Amino acid sequence: MQQTDVARAKAPLLAVRDVSVVFGGIVALNGVSFDMHRGQILGLIGPNGAGKTTLFNCLSRLYQPSKGDILMEGDSILARPAHRIAEIGIGRTFQNVALFPNLSVLDNVRVGTHSRTRSNFITDSIRPPWVGRAEAATTKRVDDILGYLDLREVAHVPVAGLPFGTQKRVELARALAAEPKILLLDEPAGGLNHEEVYGLGDLIRKIRDDRGITVLLVEHHMGLVMSIADHVVALNFGRKLAEGTPAQVQSDPDVIKAYLGSKDA
Amino acid sequence: MSALQDSVTRAPAVAAVPKGNIALGYLTSTMVVILLFAVPLFAKNFVIFQMTIWLIYAIAILALNILTGGSGQFSLGQSAFYALGAYTSAILMEHFGVNYVLTLPVAGALCFAFGFLFGLPALRLSGIYLALATFALATAMPQILKLGVFEHWTGGVQGLVVTKPDAPFGLPISQDVWLYYFTLVISIVIYVFAVNLLKSRTGRAMMAIRDNEIAASAMGVNVSLYKTLAFGISAGTTGVAGGLGAIAVQFVAPDGYTIQLAIALFLGMVVGGVGWLPGSLVGSAFIVFVPNLAEEVSKGLSGAVFGAILIVVIFLVPHGSRQVAYKIQDIVRKIRK
Ligand SMILES: Nc1ncnc2c1ncn2[C@@H]1O[C@H](COP(=O)(O)OP(=O)(O)O)[C@@H](O)[C@H]1O
Ligand SMILES: [Mg+2]
Repeated sequence: MQQTDVARAKAPLLAVRDVSVVFGGIVALNGVSFDMHRGQILGLIGPNGAGKTTLFNCLSRLYQPSKGDILMEGDSILARPAHRIAEIGIGRTFQNVALFPNLSVLDNVRVGTHSRTRSNFITDSIRPPWVGRAEAATTKRVDDILGYLDLREVAHVPVAGLPFGTQKRVELARALAAEPKILLLDEPAGGLNHEEVYGLGDLIRKIRDDRGITVLLVEHHMGLVMSIADHVVALNFGRKLAEGTPAQVQSDPDVIKAYLGSKDA
Repeated sequence: MSALQDSVTRAPAVAAVPKGNIALGYLTSTMVVILLFAVPLFAKNFVIFQMTIWLIYAIAILALNILTGGSGQFSLGQSAFYALGAYTSAILMEHFGVNYVLTLPVAGALCFAFGFLFGLPALRLSGIYLALATFALATAMPQILKLGVFEHWTGGVQGLVVTKPDAPFGLPISQDVWLYYFTLVISIVIYVFAVNLLKSRTGRAMMAIRDNEIAASAMGVNVSLYKTLAFGISAGTTGVAGGLGAIAVQFVAPDGYTIQLAIALFLGMVVGGVGWLPGSLVGSAFIVFVPNLAEEVSKGLSGAVFGAILIVVIFLVPHGSRQVAYKIQDIVRKIRK
């Protein structure tokens, strides 16, 4: 028993094993493998269309790999439906922001606690005292996160009207509310200005340090990835091109070629 | 770009109400309740009877509002659930001698189960296709109720006559007044439950689905479960309204529950304001009283007059009474400042 616990602690938190995804004729991912260890910030880079978002969607069980396996703490996630991914500690944000536009910031983040709370529609309708107390506890936890991400002022504003940068922070808050072990961030710097990008870098590191959350960061912004990632995986045309420390990957001839050959690097 | 990648914060199918605003404030609510309790002291029996019907349809519209405003699903089949509730109450009272009060939870539970089961296959459909499937249900129901096999229970085309209950404990009030108060208390309880529900974890999950299914499921919301649950809750609530309707009208017959009723309830929801629960009362008033008004304007053309009034209302306030209420709220705020 103890041995397996030790083995678990040493095993990667998340293991991507030989994953392939095919859409019609397009091979979006082709035998990609890498490991993520606890407390790491892993940067996933690659030109547009390299398959980064596709990989995220496999991790959230929105796409089914045609080959390979994905292991979270040693167990395959492929038998789980999408709505049972949050409960094993995989949280995410979306490349283009996928919030609940009519709900307030507070409620968006409260939905983030869904996988960590229980209720049923009958007691939710009658609302006995214990349901009220559970709601108060949820609200308290959510309020802490809003404070942490500087969102208290807009707590009661519907998210649809907020600036893009604020919406991205709301999405981050919502993901944190689910108490993830791994946080998948899909191009969090997209649409942010220069200053905001570096603020974001500090924030991601702070989240890792304060909360012990492992981060998988997809980013186009090379400067950001290279400054905060411990480990980098480079994809191109669905294949893993290189893997290593930021310095190693940056000086890899294949990576340089892929980026020089692509306009959106 | 795939739909998945394009999950930008886009406008949802249903322009819904921000959650804090689904109900009235405490003060306004209390005033409305006092007013509703006081009405029988001044009104004639016939008016009281009409108000009972008004409350009953308001419950049915509230039920549709939970489904559409809450979970973003459409239904043109509410008349089928209403009919099922009505017949359940009628059959239990007339064939089994069950007390009318006790028939209501049975009607609610049965319709909940029926709605939940109907919701399961309906999951594969969305938007306009879902509306079509529920439409089919609404058209089928009156014919099913006429079927020979059920005739012993349903009374076939003739329907069933239901005994009107007397006021209990020897209260010195007429049957109509008693029924009004009985309906009022049930309406208030259902309204409070609905507000609680939409403000709860369950309600948030439903509204999350309404706004963005993919994001909701990434947060751990079981999308199919909550969608069918919304159908069940809506159907169950409609069933209680149907049961109350049977008791109030003292009669059930297949042709009382045609697609026209479903459309009327849908209209009521739109006129009241989708997702704004107090609007159910306004919407119900529209479908109960405006046809009478139209009749008074012109007997022969009452349908056309009703249609004209409807168009004017939708043109002036596309978001229904909720829009008017928000406007008034704004004005009151400005005056206070
Ligand atoms: N749902 C889908 N259907 C068809 N093709 C898709 C789908 N999702 C992604 N692709 C294709 O897969 C490839 C990788 O896309 P993606 O993962 O979005 O790249 P990245 O996020 O690295 O820019 C692209 O060629 C894209 O067009
Ligand atoms: Mg992408």
